[in-house]
Amino acid sequence: MTPESSVVEVTLESDLKNVEVAEEITRRVAVTAGFDEDEQHRIEMAVHESMINAIWHGNKNDSSKTVWLQFQIHRDRLEIRIRDQGIGFNPNSIPDPLESDNLLNVSGRGIFLIRAFMDEFRVENTSGAGTEVTMVKRLSSGIQTKQGGTDREHESHNSTS
Amino acid sequence: MSMKATIRQVDSVTVVDVSGRITLGEGCTQLRELIRDQLSKGNKNILLNLADVTYIDSSGIGELVSAYTGVSKQGGGLKLLNLTKKVHDLLQITKLYTVFDVHDDEVKAISSFSKPTT
Repeated sequence: MTPESSVVEVTLESDLKNVEVAEEITRRVAVTAGFDEDEQHRIEMAVHESMINAIWHGNKNDSSKTVWLQFQIHRDRLEIRIRDQGIGFNPNSIPDPLESDNLLNVSGRGIFLIRAFMDEFRVENTSGAGTEVTMVKRLSSGIQTKQGGTDREHESHNSTS
Repeated sequence: MSMKATIRQVDSVTVVDVSGRITLGEGCTQLRELIRDQLSKGNKNILLNLADVTYIDSSGIGELVSAYTGVSKQGGGLKLLNLTKKVHDLLQITKLYTVFDVHDDEVKAISSFSKPTT
C-alpha cells in the first residue's frame, strides 16, 4: 500500500441480506476510484459473487460469523479483499462452465464471472483464519480518482444489521 | 428490490414479465416456483420478458438454465425476450446466448412457438 492509496474497510454479519450492502459500498468505492458505469457494474458483480461464496459456501450461512471487506483505491487500480471464516476452497477444482458438458449446469459460474470481470483474482486459504479472496481491477486511463488520491483515509466499522 | 413477475396468456404462450433482481435467495426461489407452477398447469410454452430485470447473478443464470431444461424435458419451450445489455453480456460471456432462443419482438417471439424448431 502506498501513501497515495485510500482504504475502506467494513465487517458485515454473514447474512445474504448484506450482499446488497456490500454492493452499495462497492458502487460508491468504484465511482470514487473513477471507473465508468459498465466497469462499476462488473466490479459490483465480482463483489456480489464473492460475498455469496463467503456467506453461503465459506461461512455456511451462519449469521454468527462475519465477512470482512477491504477496498484499496490506488492511482491506477482498485484492490478488493474479502475474507470469510470458512475452511477454504481451491478455485482450480471448479469445472470450466464453458465446457460443452458443463454448459447447462445450474451452478459453478460465480468464480468464472469474477475472473471475467476482474484483472486479477487470487484465493488464499489460511488455516484457522478463513479464506481471503483478492481481486484487482485496473483503471484503464490511469489517474482518475475523484478525491485526488493523495490523502490516506481509513474507515473501519462493524455492521450487525 | 426483489423479483416481481406478472403472468399473461397470449394464445398458447405464457408470457412472464419479470422485474427486479434474479439472485440467490428470494429471486431464484420465486422464479423456480413460478416455472413449476406453470408446468403443473400444463403451460409449457413460456416466454420470459426480462426487460425490467435490474440484476441477475450466477445463481440467477443457473435458475434460467434450470427453467430451460425443466420446460424442455416436459416437451415445452422456454424463450427469452427483451434482454437488457447487462443480461445480454452475461449470457454472451457464459456462452448461453446460443443456448437460449432470444427475441426482442414480443409478437415474433410468440409466433415462434408455433414454428417447428430447426
